[in-house]
Amino acid sequence: MTSLIKVWELPGGIHPPEHKDQSLQLPLGRVPLPPVLVIPLNQHMGTPAQPVVQVGERVLAGQLIGAADGTFSANTHASTSGTVIAIEERAIPHPSGMNSESVVIEPDGKDEWIELTPCEDYRSLDRLTLLDKIRAAGVAGLGGAGFPTAVKLAPKSTQVIDTLILNGAECEPYITADDMLMQVRAAELVAGTLLLSHILHHPKNLLIGIEDNKPKAIAAVKAAVAGAAVTDPEAANIQVVVFPTKYPSGGAKQLTQILTGREIPSGHHSADIGVICVNVGTAVAAWRAVRFGEPLVSRVTTMVGDALATQRNVDVLLGTPISYLLTQHGFNANNASRVVMGGPMMGFTLLDLAAPVIKTTNCILAPSKQELPEPTPAQACIRCGICAEVCPASLLPQQLFWYAQAEDFDRLESHNLFDCIECGACSYVCPSTIPLVQYYRAAKGSIRLHEIEKEKSDRSRQRFEFRQERIAKEEAEKEAKRVARQKAAEEAKKKLAEKAAETAAAPVSSADPISAAAVKVSATQATPDEQKAKLERLVAAAKNTLEFQQKPLVPNKTNPVISEEQLVKQQVRIKQAELKLAEAEQKLADFITGLGTTPAAAASAAAAPIAAEPAVDMNDPVAAAIARAQAKLTMSPEDKARANLESLRGRLAKAEEKVAAAKADGSANLDALQQGAEKLQQKIAEALAELSALGIEDKPAPVAAPATEPAAPEPVSAEQSAAQAAIEKAKAKAAALANMSDDEKRAEQIQSLQTRLTKARERLAKAEAENDANIEAFRAGVTKLEEKLQELA
Amino acid sequence: MALLNITSPHTHGANRTGRLMRLVVYATIPGIVALTHFFGIGVLINVLLASLSCIAFEALVMKLRARPIMFYLRDCSALVTGVLIGVSLPPYCPWWLVISASFVAIVLAKQLYGGMGFNPFNPAMVAYVLLLISFPVQMTQWATPLPMLADGQTAPSLVAALDKIFFSIPIDGYSSATVLDVMKQNSGLTLDDLYQQQPVFVEGRWAGAGWEWVNIAFLLGGIYLLYKKVFTWHAPISMLLALVVMSALFYDSGSSNSGGSPTYHLLSGATMLGAFFIVTDPVSSAVSTRGRIVYGALIGVLIYVIRAWGTSYPDGVGFAVLLMNFAAPFIDYYTTPRTYGHKKPRRATDASTQDGGH
Ligand code: SF4
Ligand code: SF4
Repeated sequence: MTSLIKVWELPGGIHPPEHKDQSLQLPLGRVPLPPVLVIPLNQHMGTPAQPVVQVGERVLAGQLIGAADGTFSANTHASTSGTVIAIEERAIPHPSGMNSESVVIEPDGKDEWIELTPCEDYRSLDRLTLLDKIRAAGVAGLGGAGFPTAVKLAPKSTQVIDTLILNGAECEPYITADDMLMQVRAAELVAGTLLLSHILHHPKNLLIGIEDNKPKAIAAVKAAVAGAAVTDPEAANIQVVVFPTKYPSGGAKQLTQILTGREIPSGHHSADIGVICVNVGTAVAAWRAVRFGEPLVSRVTTMVGDALATQRNVDVLLGTPISYLLTQHGFNANNASRVVMGGPMMGFTLLDLAAPVIKTTNCILAPSKQELPEPTPAQACIRCGICAEVCPASLLPQQLFWYAQAEDFDRLESHNLFDCIECGACSYVCPSTIPLVQYYRAAKGSIRLHEIEKEKSDRSRQRFEFRQERIAKEEAEKEAKRVARQKAAEEAKKKLAEKAAETAAAPVSSADPISAAAVKVSATQATPDEQKAKLERLVAAAKNTLEFQQKPLVPNKTNPVISEEQLVKQQVRIKQAELKLAEAEQKLADFITGLGTTPAAAASAAAAPIAAEPAVDMNDPVAAAIARAQAKLTMSPEDKARANLESLRGRLAKAEEKVAAAKADGSANLDALQQGAEKLQQKIAEALAELSALGIEDKPAPVAAPATEPAAPEPVSAEQSAAQAAIEKAKAKAAALANMSDDEKRAEQIQSLQTRLTKARERLAKAEAENDANIEAFRAGVTKLEEKLQELA
Repeated sequence: MALLNITSPHTHGANRTGRLMRLVVYATIPGIVALTHFFGIGVLINVLLASLSCIAFEALVMKLRARPIMFYLRDCSALVTGVLIGVSLPPYCPWWLVISASFVAIVLAKQLYGGMGFNPFNPAMVAYVLLLISFPVQMTQWATPLPMLADGQTAPSLVAALDKIFFSIPIDGYSSATVLDVMKQNSGLTLDDLYQQQPVFVEGRWAGAGWEWVNIAFLLGGIYLLYKKVFTWHAPISMLLALVVMSALFYDSGSSNSGGSPTYHLLSGATMLGAFFIVTDPVSSAVSTRGRIVYGALIGVLIYVIRAWGTSYPDGVGFAVLLMNFAAPFIDYYTTPRTYGHKKPRRATDASTQDGGH
């Protein structure tokens, strides 16, 4: 525990008069409850807390009144029991003299506490729970920055912490709050150190750094460490490091350097070099939060300065108005040059004394006019370089000053302005009394502003670009929609036309030209083998189409974004392709069965115009439509019925077998089986009836072809009747055509062909636009139609 | 009580520019005393005349620039310039020489550049060098030091001095070659012979009659300033060291080619005055500690070079300082310190946002 650790030299630094005695003459005091407590919701670094109480609500001491808003924030609690009389903007101690939302409490004087949950043995809790307790208690850095402690104690997993530093340097003149705290709460400090060490997975070095001008504090802490070491071996690991007094050794960066020789790389956190530095007061607060479940509602503050009658340290409730504290200490306003929160080196002038004591208020300095006179006007910089000698960050303050005056931001950056810790050592020594730090602050501010502006302009440029892009995208989408609509319209038109064509085209394959078509068909349809090959090709083509359609849509230039609509359309196309494929396959299968069972029938069917369907050019939608209609009509009822009958017979045979077996066995299921068999027989009878209704005898190989000759049997289903109707219609038209004069017929035919041609051309154009797989087929269709038309004309 | 928004730091050290300058003036006192002892009343008249005219010119310019005169005079920088001019110019030189030197220093070299803190060159040295070039005769006529005066002869009386200064009435036995002149003009004699033959060395102990004591006096003043922390040791000590190293390197064991021993160089001419009162002028020197070491050393080297190998001018302090004033920005550029948390020093023009950022 005695420090054998090497203490490193801090570059630069100054030795201003310490002025620490006057506030250490009296013991740690207390002030009576103030008439009103103003508890700001942002006493810490980070996002302000959110109020969770209502005006008029009675609150107890330690009750949560402001909940942390996010991780980088801190809870705020009522310092005593009382009534919330307002939640409004109030002055807070801040360099800018700004206001902040505060909860104003009128104390009831009872100081009733909420129920606290103490914790006897924190080692039995896991670290996250401990961190939660510290977070819940709203502990934030009490040294001055107000960094949320729970955040600090949870370094990233990549940051291996080997050193925990307890900052008891308190290098600023006048301030003795930490000194007093270490004197009276040394045991809690040691306990807190062990707690933090536990949370940080027991770093190798536990250092409590104290400047050598605090002998009492050093003695107290050393004694406490020795005392704790009796019960806890880890306490023996704590080193109390005493180092020479020098301002600003208490800066986290500087203390780290003094105690470890390591420098925190510019722009990084101390955790990056394995060091966590916590103020001694913070450690005590963290300890109380865990051990007693006690939220942070008070702190030790130094009341000092010649304008006060009483100078001492007080344990004061957070939210106590500073003006009240001053009055309690005999503040002589007439003699005061200013009131400063913090020390004379880095503290800031309070613009509104109604501002309350907050978590970071370590000192209220009320100097007399003689003590800290108003600054003398600055003279020219004589480039004496004394400032550079004292700068703990090894900057060149005179150059920074020069460039700050010239507003040369680039040079300021290259002279590492942002590594300036604003310690004020340079200003302190400057013989020309130039307020250097003020220049740096201003320069930092304008650089930040500059950057924000730049960012803003960047952002607005980006916004503009975004807008352009969005407009372009919208245009593209609109265009895509338009194209889609057009397509849909075309398709609808096509379907309509198809239907029309079905009727219009019928004559081509029936009536007078029927014979011609039949001849043509028989001519094109050389052998069954060829037919089969053709069908197979059809199936393959259909498969291709399906595959093509199933390909996921890929955004491209013309279509940068895939719309919902397009997806739906793709699905529709896939469905269509599937249907086509199924159809083609069925046709092939049918053809094969037809070929196998009744070659004669197939042959005769080929001769018959109506059964010419397999030979129909599948690429001609009109012909295909007719073929489809006919296929339904010719194939289904009869074939279905027969297939049905066949299967029923098979099942009956099996059932009868089973019945026989059951009978032989005397099975219990006999009845059931017999019933089943009977049912099957019934069904067979029904099927037979159906077949006979279709005009077909139950023959293994019926000659089907003529079965559907014009004198059609009565319709079996609505579908069939529709198809039948279409054929009837076409026939009627054909008959009508037959009655027309030849010229009329020709004209009619030409017209129909022309319609088909235009449609085919449209289709082709679309296919070309879409790069359709079937483009060749479309082209062939168009050429064919053109030829036909020429023939007729 | 008015609650002014006074920003931190609220307290201030005891240093004031005026105080520093006054300390510098005090520190010249031993040197002035020694000079007066060896060269007579003319030195005092020079100092007085130069100081008054410098202050007058400063006040005049401030009036022309409509600035608060007293506020600016209080920094005492004009006084320092005046005193330095006073001790640099040869005693009993014509009054107009002194006035022109003050004019050049204050008006041309300082105020025309923007005044205090903005002058790239040391004003006193600008004045000295300019006049040395313009009036080489008047500027090199140094009075005979006391030990070398003939028996019964005394330093010029006040009346004689004033007559000489204002009415150019010559004084008998008034001037003689300085040690530096003697050394420079030496050819053929070894240093030992030189030391035995030349009265200026015969009458002296280490480096020539009178001058050695003058230098020691200025050294005392310099030590006082170091003690008072008016400046750091870096520039003056490195300058003296460089001079010692150079003279030791080219000592040539005291042959007739020798440039003189280190002791001789340390204690002759304006060495100590330059080291502690000119080189330490913060305004025109390099800014960082390392920079000042480099700056001082280069001046030391240059002084030796000019003394030993220069042709026409015996002493090189003025030239060396002015040359290095030129070079100071470059020295600054290459000697920026390494800032806390940075791996290496950053060049002054390196505008890239480093790992630092914010
Ligand atoms: S201390 Fe003041 S006068 Fe000296 S160089 Fe720094 S800024 Fe200039
Ligand atoms: S305020 Fe900045 S520049 Fe001045 S000494 Fe402190 S760190 Fe260096």
